[in-house]
Amino acid sequence: MVDVTPHGADLIPPAEVGEMDLYHPHSWWTKYVFSQDAKVIAIQYSGTALAIGLVALVLSWLMRLQLGFPGTFDFITPEAYYQFMTMHGMIMVIYLLTALFLGGFGNYLIPLMVGARDMVFPYVNMLSYWIYLLAVLVLVASFFAPGGPTGAGWTLYPPQAILSGTPGGTGPGIILMLVSLILFIIGFTMGGLNYVVTVLQGRTRGMTLMRLPLTVWGIFTATVMALLAFPALFVACVMMLFDRAIGSSFFMPAIVEMGEQSPHNGGSPIMFQHLFWFFGHPEVYIVALPAFGIVSDLISTHARKNIFGYRMMVWAIVGIGALSFVVWAHHMYVSGMHPYFGFFFATTTLIIAVPTAIKVYNWVLTLWRGDIHLTIPMLFALAFIVTFVNGGLTGLFLGNVVVDVPLSDTMFVVAHFHMVMGVAPIMVVFGAVYHWYPKMTGRMLNEWMGRFHFWVTFIGAYLIFFPMHYVGLVGVPRRYPELGDTAFIPPSVHTLNEFITVAALTVGFAQLVFLFNLFWSIRHGKEAGDNPWRATTLEWQTAGTPPPHGNFGKELPVVYRWAYDYSVPGAPEDFIAQNDPGPATQGGPATRGGPATQGGPATQGGPA
Amino acid sequence: MAIALVLVLVVIGSVLFHVLSPWWWTPIASNWGYIDSTLVATFWITGAVFSAVVLFMAYCVYRFRHKEGRKAAYEPESKKLESWLTLITAVGVAAMLAPGLYVWGQFVTVPKDATEVEVVAQQWQWSYRLPGADGKLGTSNARLINSDNPLGINPEDPNGQDDVVVEAADLHLPIDKPVKMLLRSIDVLHDFYVPEFRAKMDMVPGMVTYFWFIPTRTGTFEVLCAELCGTGHGFMRGIVMVDTEQDYTSWLQQQSTFAQLTGPAKVGALVDPAKATAKME
Amino acid sequence: MSAILIFLALVMAVAGWWLARQRLMSKPWLEAGPVNAFPATEASLLHPAKLGLGVFLAVVGALFALFISAYFMRMVYADWQAAPMPWLLWLNTGMLVLASVALQCAVVAAHKGQVDNLRLALLVGALTSVAFLGGQLLAWRDLAANGYFAADNPAVSFFYLITAMHGLHIIGGLLVLGRTNVRAWRGERPAKLTLTTELCAMYWHVLLVVWLVLFAVLAGWAADFVDICRQLLS
Repeated sequence: MVDVTPHGADLIPPAEVGEMDLYHPHSWWTKYVFSQDAKVIAIQYSGTALAIGLVALVLSWLMRLQLGFPGTFDFITPEAYYQFMTMHGMIMVIYLLTALFLGGFGNYLIPLMVGARDMVFPYVNMLSYWIYLLAVLVLVASFFAPGGPTGAGWTLYPPQAILSGTPGGTGPGIILMLVSLILFIIGFTMGGLNYVVTVLQGRTRGMTLMRLPLTVWGIFTATVMALLAFPALFVACVMMLFDRAIGSSFFMPAIVEMGEQSPHNGGSPIMFQHLFWFFGHPEVYIVALPAFGIVSDLISTHARKNIFGYRMMVWAIVGIGALSFVVWAHHMYVSGMHPYFGFFFATTTLIIAVPTAIKVYNWVLTLWRGDIHLTIPMLFALAFIVTFVNGGLTGLFLGNVVVDVPLSDTMFVVAHFHMVMGVAPIMVVFGAVYHWYPKMTGRMLNEWMGRFHFWVTFIGAYLIFFPMHYVGLVGVPRRYPELGDTAFIPPSVHTLNEFITVAALTVGFAQLVFLFNLFWSIRHGKEAGDNPWRATTLEWQTAGTPPPHGNFGKELPVVYRWAYDYSVPGAPEDFIAQNDPGPATQGGPATRGGPATQGGPATQGGPA
Repeated sequence: MAIALVLVLVVIGSVLFHVLSPWWWTPIASNWGYIDSTLVATFWITGAVFSAVVLFMAYCVYRFRHKEGRKAAYEPESKKLESWLTLITAVGVAAMLAPGLYVWGQFVTVPKDATEVEVVAQQWQWSYRLPGADGKLGTSNARLINSDNPLGINPEDPNGQDDVVVEAADLHLPIDKPVKMLLRSIDVLHDFYVPEFRAKMDMVPGMVTYFWFIPTRTGTFEVLCAELCGTGHGFMRGIVMVDTEQDYTSWLQQQSTFAQLTGPAKVGALVDPAKATAKME
Repeated sequence: MSAILIFLALVMAVAGWWLARQRLMSKPWLEAGPVNAFPATEASLLHPAKLGLGVFLAVVGALFALFISAYFMRMVYADWQAAPMPWLLWLNTGMLVLASVALQCAVVAAHKGQVDNLRLALLVGALTSVAFLGGQLLAWRDLAANGYFAADNPAVSFFYLITAMHGLHIIGGLLVLGRTNVRAWRGERPAKLTLTTELCAMYWHVLLVVWLVLFAVLAGWAADFVDICRQLLS
């Protein structure tokens, strides 16, 4: 972990790293493959995450086909269904969302937004990606293992996760899953150290914490949480590996499995659940906080108005981050843990609703008296608010311990968490891609494909998950490959399931349009220029687009103001870049000392 | 512009769907009407917040959409507004939490006169054990499980001899009597789930969990497993019948006790469980 | 989960203390202007590698706090039998203390530019660490020879698991310390080795503290201590 910084032993604050001191790639391989440039690593992370996410998307189609039209597809046996379900959940939560928000957006945006040339430990950053890729490959390998991947549900609850009644339980499936998770955590920790230290030490001059864009606050806080939460999953995985591989009894009690006495004795399955959710609940916010941060910046930029209540937004992010470590057992109200825990965890869970609600109010109040440009990123931001409010409010049902009792383990839960940590963050991902793609490639994404993608995704996703709550309210349990003849389930529920399946497939295919757009626009998109959205933050003030290695040309930008100076009264334009010293030094370059660098930031933010 | 209209439609559509759609919970058959009430109250509060936020957003998008020459206002924050919103939110949250915790207090406080009924889950079937005439369940242990003793009842424990064993068959419960369901699993996690009773709890191998309720309606109710327990999870069904007192007694008399099932030379003898206990003692 | 919650409270106290000095209450929109107005809230001059190692050690701390949490949670179940503690562990602890002391001496030597002392101290640090690892292996063999295998009883499983985890962290540190040794013995100037020596020393100190806590937990003193505290409180 040590002595890998490019600065050697000499004490140079990273904010001062000159362009010359930076690690420079020497060949095509080190420039594009084994690159140590955070921007390349970001694209590698995003590409891998989207690729494996596509697998998870296809798995969700297969599940929906089974649920909508049970018995029609012979190859979807219950075993296969559980394998699809497990892999879909695990990939989406960890290998797609976590990796994309932190590894993808974190790597791309943190150095650019704080005004750094790169991450502080570029070599470790590179290792982080390659270990992540290895974790993904191990995960993929489990699809081809004898017995297939594990079908234990993404929660991997023992004892069933390592027993023969579960697909992959006694084969290599579960072992590959656990190993892949352990690798992911090691890889993530390497990246996470970078994100944290870069935000702490890599900020350029003038970039105080309260001048950071909320995107950085969100990713930073999420990373700190992830660094402290992932060890819980690590511990759970290692101990489960022990139970599975050498027959120890950490989680495994004395049981009789299929008429056979097991060799285990005295272990505690609930202990696994505590460890898992000690990671699992912060994980929800690890995905949500970057989304909160990014969407704040999208709304502010496209409504041409400062984010409302910036201070409150920062405090809310930090508060949510801290509180999210003491709510984990609200996933375990009906797990058989001591019932009195319910009082404590219901209270903490509902308290966390307050800072979350404040964030929602502030997004909406930012729209108030704004100058709202209905660009595609803005549309996705609006869709995020709708789906997040919807999913957050159903969280109040499930967090309020006694209301959770009838709803837990039903489709209501499935609908809730898909809305709040599936659809809502994905809306932000899309919004962010449409917003920053011009910076990454120099070209805009195609507008018509984008609008088509937005409308189908937003309306379709709402049509999938809103009615699903009511399927759960009827009492339909989750994780059932088919409902069979169940007296309390009326036939209309089956019709509704067919409808949801059709909606899901439609939304799924719209994502293919998005993927096509990503590739098509690299060559055919409209030229974007350096700052197409006329935004204030530093990533739009780089030396050229896409930003070159080192990001900012010869001189690092110096920050004179916060990230939200939109529509300032009296200013000649409706935005003032963060590195614009303002009217006092008019005409002066925005970089520290020296003349303006060519294509540099001064021309962007300076008054015309 | 279209988005403002769609946002309004989302609210109207969601509310109409909630009111008009046929999908609602199954008619309740237990004393947990309070849970339903708390749930309905939560629906009202959250529904109001959802509609208010989304409609406000739709209005903003309509009213403040970009036009030539428009300039956004510059208002970094409003302490007063934010404080009020925080306060109102906190009150709304408390309004949901307080009844929730109150009902949870009832949910975890088992009445003294509740009859104990044990549910034993295994992949993928349900078995039951009733305490017999002495009103006490004998101890059990997974290590004692074999084909003669599928529930692992301790043969040394005198309390266990008169326990009524219902293996992989329907459970009957008398109406209007509080029951404490003791939940036990012999292999993996399961969850005893009858939608009409509202209550549910995981069953964890190695420990005994519980919940209590009072059946308030006679009828036949389906038992489902609500905690993923392997490939047969979706097919792990059972039946609970809530009977009148007479029906229940006559059903009980047809059941066998643990002593009858394991004891020698009693095969075929249809003995009244209560009398059988007397003999054992 | 008490161990990890206590650990997290400590981490959050440090984070809160730091955040409290970052002017989070200020109104940034009123403060446009010169860059050197609030020097305390700019990036600090601490070397990023030190901060990075500090953050990493916090993660390591969380990891072991979670193992300890699991240990305490598992301990209350009926089948728990305390594992025997091989006497060798005392010797190993001594080795690790020596390693820590040696690396502290190395830091002093590096600062003073004493080449010979630096080389010697680094070498002693590495060798005593290797001795520690060897001792741990012997302790394992000792246990296994007495019929305690990893799957037998949970206390023994935890012993193998936790000592293995700690050992892996020492091995990871040895890779860096080994490289530092090579550089020192090849004649690099002490000034150039200051940073890496300091990092190694910091890492070893923390791993020593972690080991002392783990030793206390595994030997059962921690549980006794908690019991005594509980009795004093009630």
